[in-house]
Amino acid sequence: MKRENWVSGIFIAGGLLLVAAAWLGDEPFVITLATKVVILALAGVGLNLALGHGGLVSFGHAAYFGLGGYAMGILAYHAQSYEPLELGWLVIEGTKSMPVIWLVAMATAVLFALPIGLLSLRTSGVYFIMITLAFAQMIYYFAISWPAYGGEDGLSIYVRNSFPGLNTLDPIQFFLICAVVLAICLFLVDRLVKSRFGMALEAARQNPQRVTHLGIDPLKIKLTVFLISAAITGLAGALYADLNRFISPTMLSWQVSGEIMIFVILGGVARFAGPLAGATLFIVLEHFLGGMTEFWQFWLGLLLLVVILFARGGIIGLLAGERRHD
Amino acid sequence: MSLALFLEQVLNGLQFGIMLFVMAAGLTLVFGVMGLINLAHGSLYMVGAFACAGVATATGSFWLGLAASLVAAAIAGVIVEIVVIRRLYARDHLDQVLATFALILMFSEGTRYLFGSFPLYLDTPEILSGPVTFFGGFQYPSYRLAIIVVGFAVAAGLFWLISATRLGIRIRAGESDREMITALGVDIGKLYTVVFALGAALAGFAGALVGAIQSVQIGMGEPVLILAFVVIVIGGIGSIPGALVAAILVGLTDTLGRTLLPLAFGTFMDPSSATSTGSALASMLIYILMAVVLVFKPTGLFGAKT
Repeated sequence: MKRENWVSGIFIAGGLLLVAAAWLGDEPFVITLATKVVILALAGVGLNLALGHGGLVSFGHAAYFGLGGYAMGILAYHAQSYEPLELGWLVIEGTKSMPVIWLVAMATAVLFALPIGLLSLRTSGVYFIMITLAFAQMIYYFAISWPAYGGEDGLSIYVRNSFPGLNTLDPIQFFLICAVVLAICLFLVDRLVKSRFGMALEAARQNPQRVTHLGIDPLKIKLTVFLISAAITGLAGALYADLNRFISPTMLSWQVSGEIMIFVILGGVARFAGPLAGATLFIVLEHFLGGMTEFWQFWLGLLLLVVILFARGGIIGLLAGERRHD
Repeated sequence: MSLALFLEQVLNGLQFGIMLFVMAAGLTLVFGVMGLINLAHGSLYMVGAFACAGVATATGSFWLGLAASLVAAAIAGVIVEIVVIRRLYARDHLDQVLATFALILMFSEGTRYLFGSFPLYLDTPEILSGPVTFFGGFQYPSYRLAIIVVGFAVAAGLFWLISATRLGIRIRAGESDREMITALGVDIGKLYTVVFALGAALAGFAGALVGAIQSVQIGMGEPVLILAFVVIVIGGIGSIPGALVAAILVGLTDTLGRTLLPLAFGTFMDPSSATSTGSALASMLIYILMAVVLVFKPTGLFGAKT
C-alpha cells in the first residue's frame, strides 16, 4: 500500500473516532462542526476533480455551491408555504425530500455549468480563472438584486429536509448522511480518475496536443469533468444549506470560491483525501483561532502563505512525501 | 430622461472608469512584466485610502493625506514584493492566486487591528467641495470632475513613462524577454520591485481619491479588485492602452446600465418588475460584457495572440 493511502486512512479513521467519541460523550456541537467539515470537503472534492485532476483552475465554484443551496432553498420554500412554483406552463411542486433535492441541486449545477464550461474552455490560463470568476459574479449579483427568495437578505428554511427512514434533526444522523454521501463521491471520483477516462484526462491536462493526435478530443474530456465537478459541488451546496437551514447570496460570493480553493490547496492538490484534510484544518483553525483572537483570519492567512511558499503539496503531500508528476 | 441627467451619468461613468484604470494599470503592468496575478492589489488600494484618511484626520490637510497614500502604498508594495511576491514569480497561477488571497486576509485583519472595524470618513478638500456650473446651468460636483482630470493626467503620465523614459524601455523589454535584458546587465530583481511599487502607489492613490466619495473601510478593495480584473481581462492582460479603453467601457456600461436599463424595461413592463429586472440585469452587465469579449477574443481586446 502506498504511503499516501496510509496517511489518508489514518486521517479518516481518526476523524470518525472523534465523531464517535463526541456522540458517546453527548457533544452535539462537535458533531455539527464535523458535519460542516464533511460538507465543505465534499465541495472541495468537486473542485479538486476539475482543478487538481483536470488542471482547470476554476475561481467560480461558489456558483455551483450556491446554486445547489438555492435549489434546496427554493424547493423547500415552496413546500413549506404550500405554493407550487409556477414557471409559465410548468408547475413544480416544492419538496422536503433530500434525495429529490440532491438530484435537482446537481441538475441545476450541471445546467449552469454546461454553457459556462463551453464558453470558458475557449480560454486558458489566467483568462480561464477570470472568466469563471466573472460567471460566478453574474450569478451572485443576480441573486442579490432578485427580490424573490429573499434577495440580499437570504431565505430561512424552518425545518431541515427529510430523508426516508432517518431523523435528520438528530445531529449524528445528519452527519452520517453527509459522511456517506462524501464517501460515495470520494469512491466514485477515485474510480473515475483511475479509469480510462481518468488517464485521458491526466493526459489532456499535461499535453492537449498529444491527446488530440491520439484521436481524443481534450475539450470534450475537460467539459465532462467540469460538469461532474460542478454537480458534486452543487450537491455539497444543497447539504450546506440544509445544515444551516438558510441560504443567502453569500454562498455565491467570490470569497467562497477562494475558500473552496483553500481546502483543496491546503490539503493537497489532486490528492484523494486532500479536500477533507484541508477542510478539517480550515474549520479547526476557524474554531480555535476564532476562539482565541478576533483577528484569526490574519493567522489563517499567514499559515496559508507558509503552506504555499514552503509546503508544496499541502498537508497530505507533506505527510505522504511523493510528489505527483506535472 | 433629461439631457442633464444623462450627461451627469456619463460623467459619473467616466469618473468610475478612469479610477478603475488607475487601479488596473498597476495590475496589468505587474502581470505583463512579471507574469503575476496579484489579488492583494485591492489591499494596496485600501492601504492608500486608510493612510489618506489617517493623515488627513491628524493634520487636517487632504493634500498631505493624498501624498501619504502614495508613500504608504508604495512602501507596503515594496515590503510585500521583497518578502512574499518575489518567491511567486516562478510559480504557477494557482499558487499566486492563493498566496495573494492569503495576503488579502492578512492586510484586512491587520488594518482592522490598527484602525478598528468602523468605517472612516474622508472629507473632500475645501477648494473642491462645491459644484461646477457648466453652460446651460448644468451642475456637476467639482471633486468628481477633478478626479476625471487627475485620472486622465495619470494615464498620460503613464503612457509617457512607458514610451519615452529609460524605465519604460526596461519595463517593455522585461515584458518581451526577461532573459535578454538580464544578459544586457539590467538588474531584473530591482526592476520588478520598482514596477510593483509603482503599481502599488497607483492603487493607493486611487483608493485615497475614491475614499473621499465613499467611506474608507475594511474590504473596500475587493469589489474594485474584481472590477479591475474585469478591466484588464477585457483590455488584454499586460496592455496599458487596452486597460484604458476597457476601464472607460466598463465604467460607462455599469453606470449607464444602472440608470437606462430600468427605464428601458419600463417601456413594456409594469414599473416595479421593470425596476427589479432592470437593476438585476444592470448589476450583471459588465460580467456579461467580459464574457462576450472573451468568447469572441479569448485574449482580450488588445491582448497578444497566443
